[in-house]
Amino acid sequence: MSGAGSSLVPTETGCQRFRKDPAAFWAGWFLVAVGVACLLSPWIAPYDYQKQDLALGAVGPGAGHWLGTDTLGRDVLSRLLQGGAVSLGVGLVATVVALLVGVLYGVVAGQSGGLVERAMMRTVDILSTLPLTLIVILCMFVFGQNIWMIFLAVGGVSWLTMSRIICTETVALKNRQFVEVSVALGQSKFGVFKKHYLPNLNGIIAIYATLTVPGVMMLEAFVSFLGLGVQAPMTSWGLMIKDGADIMEECPWLLIAPSVVFALTLLSLNFVGDGLRDAFDPRSSKK
Amino acid sequence: MRYGYIFTRLAEMVPVLLIVVVATFFLAHAVPGGPFEKDKRMPAEVKKRLEEYYGLDKPLSAQLVTYVGNLCKGDLGPSLKYPGWSVNEVIGSRIPVSIQLGLSALLIAVLIGIPVGVLAASRPNTWLDWVPMGFTLLGICVPSFVLGPILALVFALGLGWFPPCGWGSPIHFVLPALTLGIVTAAPLARLTRGKVIEAGNQDFVRTARAKGLPERRVWFVHALRNGILPVVTYLGPAAAGLVSGSFVVESLFDVPGLGRLFVSSIVNRDFTLILGTTLVYALALLILNLVADLAKAALDPRIARGGTR
Repeated sequence: MSGAGSSLVPTETGCQRFRKDPAAFWAGWFLVAVGVACLLSPWIAPYDYQKQDLALGAVGPGAGHWLGTDTLGRDVLSRLLQGGAVSLGVGLVATVVALLVGVLYGVVAGQSGGLVERAMMRTVDILSTLPLTLIVILCMFVFGQNIWMIFLAVGGVSWLTMSRIICTETVALKNRQFVEVSVALGQSKFGVFKKHYLPNLNGIIAIYATLTVPGVMMLEAFVSFLGLGVQAPMTSWGLMIKDGADIMEECPWLLIAPSVVFALTLLSLNFVGDGLRDAFDPRSSKK
Repeated sequence: MRYGYIFTRLAEMVPVLLIVVVATFFLAHAVPGGPFEKDKRMPAEVKKRLEEYYGLDKPLSAQLVTYVGNLCKGDLGPSLKYPGWSVNEVIGSRIPVSIQLGLSALLIAVLIGIPVGVLAASRPNTWLDWVPMGFTLLGICVPSFVLGPILALVFALGLGWFPPCGWGSPIHFVLPALTLGIVTAAPLARLTRGKVIEAGNQDFVRTARAKGLPERRVWFVHALRNGILPVVTYLGPAAAGLVSGSFVVESLFDVPGLGRLFVSSIVNRDFTLILGTTLVYALALLILNLVADLAKAALDPRIARGGTR
């Protein structure tokens, strides 16, 4: 119960508090390391991710290929690095859009109330109903087969549920006394947003943002599976998990390797999310 | 007051659905390819006759007006890829399957997700928190196309308790419902935990405990009721997704549901079926969001007092 919130004036900044949280700190560095490795994959990958070795076929992890090879004899580690660039990119785009667009949209809708809120929420309804697959096919037709389409699609949908959740929370906050007092004292709308809405929303923002990332990575796998996203020989973590699941009895390492990397990344992401929430929420209890 | 609110919300659905129909109509027709161009080469003359028969040779605006006119009468038109079937019949045959599967999955998700979340929240940063949250992380990391085959491998092929695929008797939907339910329960548990922890730090929870209420009641009634808003908000679209079918799980377990129908209608460019399935999803989403909003107002009177009038 006793918390970092014992004093009303924070004596250290959120960044300083974040650095003192070992789990979040190291998880953050892990994410950075994975990201950098994936970005540098053309130079540091042990093999070319698309080089096939049909004579070799699928072999388990060993000296030559640390994480084994797939059915076409391609090096799994190199493919993981290449696929990570796609998957992490998708996750990053989704997070940024969900945080910027989703949160702002939700707060504005919830704060305005009345007709404005309803119009904004019905717009979200319409957008989440339109068949994404059709839109992706159409974009491919107009802009050509292009890996950027997948980022566009992911960015387009990742903010919808976030805005819905934030809107509800804002409506509940709007009637709390401290917000009413703040408004009555003449605080500007942005001031209320910064001082009262954001600190009270950041818990749910952190949780939902970390839930968005695996969701969109799977969305990318689904769209790619339909032949509309990432094209062979390129790959992504979602696609590798999908392919691995198809032959998990014969070649379990093809499922395990991408799943473990995926899980570790999500785990770190959760630590970072929790750490950021604690660091910027003076009220939340910490051990 | 409440009835007036429900009535306005229902009335709002009409323009929303209309916009969805018009937008999907133009999207579907803007995409290259048509229903009669996909598989076998069809003589040009036959194709022309077919297009004439279905009215596809008319200008788009005229087609749209005809479609919306029929829609007002509840007629979704003929399916272009299932000759002799109307879209109403095709969708009607799939809806019971998807609703049964979706509702069982939803039930599993709620029954697992929310209690696990509250349990973890009641003992933050102890083993009671870490172990269940570890499992939910697993549930988030393992997508349905991995969990499904694993469940089938263990419970169908290994233990032989359930059939690995097919549809017909209740025993068939144990595995698909479990797959969908577990995948949905994991985010629910995490959302619940986060908000209930926040609620648990507030004065009214201390008061409830000071009154001598048992811990279970403090957490599951006082703290949960205050932390459940985002969970209910999340459940609206999630439930709509579940009852309108999941392509992945239906394909894995060979379930004749709406999810596969929707994807195949897009692949086939079956315009009327695309519109029909999209409409079903839109209707499910709008209704379930309304239900979620009503539930939130009932749970938190501050919301009813405030904005959503």
